[in-house]
Amino acid sequence: MNIPKQIRSFTLSCSFAALAFAVSSAPAVHAQEPIRIAFIDPQSGTFAAQGVSGSLQMRFAVEHFVNSKGGVLNGRPFEVVTLDNKNSAQDTQIQLRRAISDGIQIVFSGNSSAVASVLSSSIERHNRRNPEQRIIYFNHSAVDPILTEQECSFWHFRFDAHADMKLDAMTTHIAANPDITRVYIIGQDYSFGQVVSESTVRMLKEKRPDIEIVGNELHPIGQVKDFTPYITKIVSSGANAVITGNWGADMVSLGKGIIDAGLDVPIYTFYAAYDGITSTLGQAGKNKIRLVHNDQANPLTTDARKEYTRQFKVQHPNNDITQPRIANAVMMLAAAIEKAGSADPYDIAVAMEDMRMTTMSGEEIWMRADDHQIFQSLHVSVHTDENVEFDADNSGFGLVTEFTVPVEDTITETSCKMQRPQG
Amino acid sequence: MIKQLTIWLLFAATLLILPEIFDSLLAISIFNQMAIMIVFALSYNMLLGQGGMLSFGHAVYFGLGGFLAVHVLRMVEYESIMMSTTLVPLVGGVFGLLAAIFIGSFSTRKAGTVFAMISLGIGELVAASSLILVSFFGGEAGISGDRTFGPPLFGIEFTQDLHIYYLGAVWMFVSVLLMYLFTKTPAGRMANAVRDNPERAEFIGYSARKVRFISFCAAGLFAGIAGGLFAVNYEIVTEENLNAVTSGRVLLMAYIGGLGFFIGPIIGAIVLTLVNSVLSNYTELWMLYLGIMFVLTVMFLPRGLAGFLMMHRLPWHLGKTRLLIRPYVLTALPASIFLLSLIGMLEMAHSSAAEFVYLGMTFNSSGIGSWIILSTLTAASFFALRLTLPQLRAAWTAANTQSALKPSTAANGNPPLNPSLKESSN
Amino acid sequence: MIEVLTFATLNGLVTGLLLFMLASGLTLIFSMMGVLNFAHASFYMLGAYFAFSISQYLGFWPALIIAPLLVGVVGAVVERYGLRHVHKSGHVAELIFTFGLAFLIEEVVQFFWGRSTKNYRQPEILDFPLFTLFGQNFPAYKAFMIFISISIFIGLYFVLTRTRIGIIIQAAITHPHTVGNLGHNVPFIFMAVFGVGSALAGLAGVIAGPVLTTFPGMALVLGSIVFVIVVIGGLGSLIGALVASLMIGLLQSYAIASDTGMQDLLNLLGISFESDHILNDIWTITLPQIAPILPFLLLVLVLIFKPTGLFGKRES
Repeated sequence: MNIPKQIRSFTLSCSFAALAFAVSSAPAVHAQEPIRIAFIDPQSGTFAAQGVSGSLQMRFAVEHFVNSKGGVLNGRPFEVVTLDNKNSAQDTQIQLRRAISDGIQIVFSGNSSAVASVLSSSIERHNRRNPEQRIIYFNHSAVDPILTEQECSFWHFRFDAHADMKLDAMTTHIAANPDITRVYIIGQDYSFGQVVSESTVRMLKEKRPDIEIVGNELHPIGQVKDFTPYITKIVSSGANAVITGNWGADMVSLGKGIIDAGLDVPIYTFYAAYDGITSTLGQAGKNKIRLVHNDQANPLTTDARKEYTRQFKVQHPNNDITQPRIANAVMMLAAAIEKAGSADPYDIAVAMEDMRMTTMSGEEIWMRADDHQIFQSLHVSVHTDENVEFDADNSGFGLVTEFTVPVEDTITETSCKMQRPQG
Repeated sequence: MIKQLTIWLLFAATLLILPEIFDSLLAISIFNQMAIMIVFALSYNMLLGQGGMLSFGHAVYFGLGGFLAVHVLRMVEYESIMMSTTLVPLVGGVFGLLAAIFIGSFSTRKAGTVFAMISLGIGELVAASSLILVSFFGGEAGISGDRTFGPPLFGIEFTQDLHIYYLGAVWMFVSVLLMYLFTKTPAGRMANAVRDNPERAEFIGYSARKVRFISFCAAGLFAGIAGGLFAVNYEIVTEENLNAVTSGRVLLMAYIGGLGFFIGPIIGAIVLTLVNSVLSNYTELWMLYLGIMFVLTVMFLPRGLAGFLMMHRLPWHLGKTRLLIRPYVLTALPASIFLLSLIGMLEMAHSSAAEFVYLGMTFNSSGIGSWIILSTLTAASFFALRLTLPQLRAAWTAANTQSALKPSTAANGNPPLNPSLKESSN
Repeated sequence: MIEVLTFATLNGLVTGLLLFMLASGLTLIFSMMGVLNFAHASFYMLGAYFAFSISQYLGFWPALIIAPLLVGVVGAVVERYGLRHVHKSGHVAELIFTFGLAFLIEEVVQFFWGRSTKNYRQPEILDFPLFTLFGQNFPAYKAFMIFISISIFIGLYFVLTRTRIGIIIQAAITHPHTVGNLGHNVPFIFMAVFGVGSALAGLAGVIAGPVLTTFPGMALVLGSIVFVIVVIGGLGSLIGALVASLMIGLLQSYAIASDTGMQDLLNLLGISFESDHILNDIWTITLPQIAPILPFLLLVLVLIFKPTGLFGKRES
């Protein structure tokens, strides 16, 4: 008879769901009440690699800079609660409500500018409707300029240079290279890719009006499996440099496509390293792939920074420090709480405005009060295996910094008209 | 009749009391999500369970309804029009209906694989187009709105999720009632007939195509209402609400819940919302467990969870459910141990930390000892489980057999079963 | 112009033939058993991952043989213990089962291999440009892909039309019950066909892995296109699958290679709109932008006007 088998399977199926609840990791118990921080980033799905790595780096930073030193405000440790938003705006809302329901008032998030924009406006709305339980938002990676321009918010603090700032550094580097005369721009067709496209055209025109933009292509995000048709267009355009904001699988495919086609041109990117991309590009990408980013790559500037990377590698051999800005954000949060003498979001926000802090890499970063944007030096690094002390993906290849823009030269104007709440 | 009325009243009463019992913000937001999914899954069942039309693109009507709803919210905010937030789901419903009328005009000609493939194609088309037509669909970031700018209802401006709960509960109750009543109308009944035997339905004079079209449009209407509710609840609609993943999700809900019963998709929606929202925070492997659950359900519980519950109808009527309790417990014991140890092994294999904490015990994940313990437990409990099956089987047979010592009923045949309220025709 | 056209044709050919490799297995399974296997692209993914792991120890060429065999075995097991069981619950249940299977396989792959992109490389022997045309290299590996796909087509066609087992399978397309009545071990044939179909998908994965990157989302990316091809080509027709694959491969390639769009058409007609017109998105649509949705447009049109597909023999 089928029926008993069905009962067995019902217990089986049902229990998988119910009993899997039992798996939980108990948070460490401290004497003083912890300050809880929600880390909302994708932990499953297509972009899990970045989100999981980010979560590991967050916890490591919290342990290294705060908890191992006894916490803040006389012994209160930080407690990180990782929540999976599956890179979806909808799920981000659900996780935000979960965090609110748990009484968490500090949120870290960064992956996908689209999600960040939604998160920022949700938090703004929530804080307006619930002034007794406000939330402060630390954006560690979403670089669409709009978040500190038209959509700037008092409760949002960004810890990565935004796209226009990075493009400024990148185009300055390109402009200094007389061999580059024809540039092809290709990107993912969404807000960030469009920003890269428009800003690159504008900036190159200012700095090197003789450079010809021979192509400006936007492709559907995450859908193109084979970039060869696009590469054909790049080749036939006669470009001698390619600029792209692509990330994830799109970046890998594009990079491989260019190299396979034998196109020997420098490729300027935002995100063509780590999380498996470096190991895939490997030898073929040597001296071609370039990235613009914050926090200098090889050679690392201070012993503290080297030691930090080493210790992280010991704990997590298969991950790298890919988002050192998370550590900066944690340090600044701790400093702001100590300065304000309280963990209330409004007090933290006020304390962080205009704050200056020295990072473990030895440079001073500045959180501008006008738009809550961080300013730090920017670097352009090249993918290679020479002089690489700290490699990526355990592949022997890594990033070596070849061009630096000091912090003063990265400061741009903002159109933000921030509305500040009272108390 | 009275029985039916009581059930509906009970349903309404439960909806009213629920937020008093579970009053945390998380619980309320989960309830809101459930309400939306219940309406959506029931609308899907109108197509698949009752009409026999397998659609892979039902999210289109959900998403379209949602997009128009959020645009209306924006228009209210910028004072182009005036509308109460309570009516916004209706706007979503109307748009879903219009879309269904347009698409149904050519896609309901045939049922079966052709219909499924057309729905897949349309679904992908609309989802892909939504990223191109940025002014209506907002691209990757979608369209956001604010629900608090409409005229207040008895002083409520819908700032809190709790207000939305009651709004959602009312809309859900009305939608569920209407969809249930639809199954009782001639159109609903004929949908069942066309599902089972289209040729025969044509012979008695009904156009199979027209009947399918009506079901399709009704399904689109309610999917649009669900979309509108989504817009009001989350104040954002994105391409995700239109795409194949959402279509797949509603298919999952309806199927796991049980297609042949009206209450099936409701159960499916509730269970899957819980799994989606809560389980993911306890384990990284929740999607793996969900996949296993799904496949096992399709293989062994083809009538879904509702079907499983309904299997107990006969023992209930015969008054023999008591016989099942002990065998269930006896089987549940080794089953639980089997599951716990299997899950433990999976989680341990997956965890990157050196020490693995599970159910309050610490395991050394690289030590061979822990592995031996867990695998022996798994194997042992599996065999123990198999040993308990014969007695379960026997108990089922006993529970389903009428006692021989009742000559009067034996002469009349089996006692008639009162058709339960939440069951589709059969 | 000529160079763009040449390479576009070459690219379209490569893509189309790769799609054919995938579609051939699916159409075989469908002709035999009437079940549209949603997990077909997942077998493709399994093939790539198996080959990746095997090639790390034994190299690419052993992987080329072993990985498809492994996938074939997995397919046969799935058919024997899963699909057969679900078969009695009807076609809808079968479709939903394969749908759940696709989901499950993706999760299992992530469980064993992790979520990041895998560094699955093509073999060194083939890692050179075959020829250089108009300044762009055409990799030898792509020629290898073309070669394998065409061999598969020829091989399958030969088996289906000239061998005994092929005749039986063809008969089963149009008269499944009669074939059973004639005494053939239909369940065994089912299992074998499903296994072979899956092995073909696995082979496609082994070949395409280095080119299309090996990552957990690779099944999703190709899954729906393969269905489109099978339906457009005609359910159950091998030639139809080839024609449809090539058609779609070339169509997409030409669409991306072109730079035209709605603007050019409007200019031709002498119409223009301001940039803040309400339907601006539609007026500024370019052909490369809509390239990914062209197959689905084609699918809907074919289904409305010729539901049996271009070469199809049976509807469902």
